[in-house]
Amino acid sequence: MPRIGVFICHCGENIAGTVDCAAVTQAAAQIPGVVHSVDYKYMCSDPGQNQIKEAIKEKRLTGVVVAACSPRMHEPTFRRACAEAGLNPFLCEMANLREHCSWVHEKNGHTTSKAIDLVRILVEKVKRNRPLFPINVPVTKTALVIGGGIAGIQAALDIANAGQKVVLVEREPSIGGHMAQLSETFPTLDCSQCILTPRMVEVAQHPNITLHTYAELERLDGFIGNFRAVIRKKARCIDEKTCTGCGACIQKCALKKIPSEFNAGLGLRTAIYVPFPQAVPNKPVIDRDHCTFFQTGRCKLCERACPTKAIRFDQQDEFIEINVGAVVAATGYEVKGTDFFPEYGYGEQKDIITGLQFERLASASGPTQGVIKRPSDGKVPDTIVFVACAGSRDPAKGIAYCSKICCMYTAKHAMLYKHKVHAGKAYVFYMDIRAGGKMYEEFVRRAIEEDEVHYVRGRVSRIYPRDGQLVVKGVDTLLNSRPVEIEADMVVLATAMVAQPDAESLAQKMKVSYDQYHFLAEAHPKLRPVEMNTAGIFVAGACQAPKDIPETVAQASAAAAKVLGLFSRDELSREPVVAVVNRCAPPEFSTCVGCFLCESACAYQAIEHEDIKTRDGKLIKTVARVNQGVCQGCGTCVALCRSKSIDLQGFSNEQIFAELVAL
Amino acid sequence: MPDFEPRIVAFVCNWCTYAGADLTGTSRIKYAHNVRMIRLPCTGRIDFMLLLQAFGQGADGIIVSGCHPGDCHYTSGNFHARRRWMLFRRLLDFMGVDLRRVTFAWVSAAEGAKWAEIVNTAAADLRKLGPYDDFPKRFVEKVGLFTVHREGEAPAEPNVAARTQSAEVA
Amino acid sequence: MKIGFFPGCSLEGSSREYNESLHAIAPLLGVELTEVPDWNCCGASAAHSLNHKLALALPARSLALAEKSGLDELLVPCSACYSRLAITRHELLENDALRSEITKIIELPFTGRTKVLSVLDVFGRCASNGLKDKVRTPFGQKVACYYGCYLTRPEKITTCARPEDPREMDDIVKVVGAEPINWAFKVECCGAGFSVSRLDTVAELSGRIVHDAAARGAQAIVVACPMCHTNLDLRRDSIERTRQQKYALPVLYISQVIGLALGLGERQLGLHRHHVPVRLGSVAPANSVAPANSRCPTPVAADVPAALGSAGASPSPGGSPAQEKEA
Repeated sequence: MPRIGVFICHCGENIAGTVDCAAVTQAAAQIPGVVHSVDYKYMCSDPGQNQIKEAIKEKRLTGVVVAACSPRMHEPTFRRACAEAGLNPFLCEMANLREHCSWVHEKNGHTTSKAIDLVRILVEKVKRNRPLFPINVPVTKTALVIGGGIAGIQAALDIANAGQKVVLVEREPSIGGHMAQLSETFPTLDCSQCILTPRMVEVAQHPNITLHTYAELERLDGFIGNFRAVIRKKARCIDEKTCTGCGACIQKCALKKIPSEFNAGLGLRTAIYVPFPQAVPNKPVIDRDHCTFFQTGRCKLCERACPTKAIRFDQQDEFIEINVGAVVAATGYEVKGTDFFPEYGYGEQKDIITGLQFERLASASGPTQGVIKRPSDGKVPDTIVFVACAGSRDPAKGIAYCSKICCMYTAKHAMLYKHKVHAGKAYVFYMDIRAGGKMYEEFVRRAIEEDEVHYVRGRVSRIYPRDGQLVVKGVDTLLNSRPVEIEADMVVLATAMVAQPDAESLAQKMKVSYDQYHFLAEAHPKLRPVEMNTAGIFVAGACQAPKDIPETVAQASAAAAKVLGLFSRDELSREPVVAVVNRCAPPEFSTCVGCFLCESACAYQAIEHEDIKTRDGKLIKTVARVNQGVCQGCGTCVALCRSKSIDLQGFSNEQIFAELVAL
Repeated sequence: MPDFEPRIVAFVCNWCTYAGADLTGTSRIKYAHNVRMIRLPCTGRIDFMLLLQAFGQGADGIIVSGCHPGDCHYTSGNFHARRRWMLFRRLLDFMGVDLRRVTFAWVSAAEGAKWAEIVNTAAADLRKLGPYDDFPKRFVEKVGLFTVHREGEAPAEPNVAARTQSAEVA
Repeated sequence: MKIGFFPGCSLEGSSREYNESLHAIAPLLGVELTEVPDWNCCGASAAHSLNHKLALALPARSLALAEKSGLDELLVPCSACYSRLAITRHELLENDALRSEITKIIELPFTGRTKVLSVLDVFGRCASNGLKDKVRTPFGQKVACYYGCYLTRPEKITTCARPEDPREMDDIVKVVGAEPINWAFKVECCGAGFSVSRLDTVAELSGRIVHDAAARGAQAIVVACPMCHTNLDLRRDSIERTRQQKYALPVLYISQVIGLALGLGERQLGLHRHHVPVRLGSVAPANSVAPANSRCPTPVAADVPAALGSAGASPSPGGSPAQEKEA
């Protein structure tokens, strides 16, 4: 038989001003199961709390209803008081007499009778509450960082410098990402490699960081604190331990005309190659798709050239299994190619390039040693047209969002060009200039005012070749909306920043959600910007949405802070408001029929499959099981369960139906 | 029926509408006293059998309210609720349940005034519609869809009724 | 191949030669054309800018009549008509409410079973199905294939793979022995309906098209639209006046190009109706001297590739081009 105590708070005049508290106290005492009913001026005060504690002990209460303010305000207070008196805190509920009753209604009988109803509803609920205990989950204190661009590097270093272990996985032969490709960075124009390469070296040498380059995430299972990752280390065809990175093999390779990925297709590389001179690790890989030996079975020039005998043609992909407690996804972005634009010639014009390609042209380490030369004939262009929003903000092209960085890097490109070719003319076609950021607007103004870059507000409708030049047809929407035609030597398209082509499959491997553009989706757009909806997985950088370097670094450090917060304890303790699948005696074992509708409803992948077997291992049935470490307690699965086999602790069917009956 | 005061049951999520109604309180915005709120973690938790049970217990109107689309604390619970509600209301319509008595609304934690307005509108509409005696008569007495519980009785397991609903929805 | 045929108003008036040439080559290609009985104007190009329902109802009626005649496919040679009919079919199939409204207006049932085809669709089929074997005199010229605005766009309706740089017509003329050039104005606007009201605009827009084709060494422009033909051919005098330059390259319908390759006579194909003379007796090298009897009073740029043949009949010196065409 339940023994419920009801405690009515006056909250000074806040409740007592409109609600007849004495009447509520009397009415509560009449509810079956209520053995104690009192009112007091301030229940949350020390004397008020003491009344509750004493009543729990003296009246041996099995449940407590505090009728006071919103549970969002004082539920923790009263639950703590109950716990101190030896009552399980989850046997305490609050009836919201203040925000939902006394403050919003006039003083009359209706208001008092509503207050009585609210108390009765909660009494009926609390009668059916069960003691619940916090869920403890152990934590493996190693973080997996996927992606070795600036986001991954920053996150890995922050975690490692705080004393925790990190495994960094990068799929290219070197870490560095897109930032390593950039020439100078806005708004300070400092050299990208100069600020990045020291960080890359630090990653390679850090005792807490294990670096796997030319490797990809193959599989990820488990849950917060307890993930199990399988990393595929692709065969480099090099024994990394023996190789000294002398580069003799690269010089001997007969294939020298493979477009270099690092130079965005503008430079050439060999089949055995290091992507760029500052690569970390500075060890080559063999590109099997091009290598003569792998294509024809003959060559091995590199093997003969290698002084340390480090070439391994028979090397196989290696699979490494690791246990990690947290994952940071920092897989970055891609830019659309020029072939995406029919009106700009489907990528057939060599002198129409992307912003990333311009970075390589402007970079001192690039294919032209920093001299701006157009790709078709090597001429230094007298006129360059820059087209902002190429693809971005264009729903007709399927990219409705703003790529965010283009306004700034286009201003930077125009500026760099003017600094290198003083007599050159630079035009920028733009829709709007979005230069929100510290020193950003000033930077754009400098391009316009000091470096005399011509900004034309309008779109470019077509670019076509004529007499060795490119005719750029567009419109100037400011000067009476006139059509304009500019003859340019080169055109740079600020093409849209898009998700990695395999972002979707990576998201599926990690069981996290992604948006319509395949950017990874954060758990909450404002309040949980670095967490993913799967607990223990965090996100950093442009794989979540287009962003520039400062923002990426900030988010990476934020993700690292979240990981370190998770690693600060040996065990995770969680609120026990989670779903459970019922279990009963054989031969049923559970009323669950294994339809797994709950699995499709769960946004957190908390539903697992459990095989129920006989003693000799024969499968009886497969039923659902909730991973309590992952479940967030929304209860969507409960509403969907056909056989009512899954229920939510703290908000069970029994409790809520009882609340309704009490109305 | 000038003296008729409808009984309204509101199923609300903890993170948006419950908090929004708290804000109505702290803003001291007055609204109709007829509503009794059932607090749930998420609208996704709402088993629509609960709505029928509420009508069976004599509610004259129901409000279901949660976070705006895209704002769900649990990512997508409100979308599940919306999708299920779209199906369920067709079933209710087919059964002959008076759909004017069910209000489905998004109320965020910042929309205290909107919550008051929704309750007032529902209360005013239900005063005009009168008591919903028809529901218990048709579905409880004739069809035996539920067992209605009087005060003091222990409620039975809702399993049988709930099963019927889930099968229909699925 | 049995196909319905929707000539449209232009093919009965200003571009009779398009109609004549289509009917001349159809039997040779094994295509049987059945004209839609009692067809009506498609509404181009004014209706859709004035009244959305009128713009749908006009083509819908013709489509409904085609359906009633049991036609599964409908060849619409005029690009403007093709665009209106194809867009109407698409919109009505997408929107049930609109469809029932329009069928009430036209008082005919419409299911959308008749597919709308352009000349490129039909000739493309022929090109991949034995056209090559029927060629008797290969059209051995460099041609600029001009598609205009309507043939390829909007791509969700035309399902053209490369709407801004289409290849379909190029592939067809290749089969009959022509050499299509790569040029920049395949889908640029010719000025279309402004041919009557704003001749200066048309001369400017069409002038660029003719100039680019000529500058890249084309010996003829191939079109598939009466409006494009009018602006590039009939308006050649104003183009030449505006650009202060003379261009002798003729403008042929794709049906005429195919017809010539199939060995049909110039008169059968209506070549005599063109304003810019089509001389194909002997293929002249590029940069040949233009005919002396220039219609253009202004000086001639020496570097412009000119006529296909240096000798031949001169166009009538007097009389308006329109009258000449009617002759």
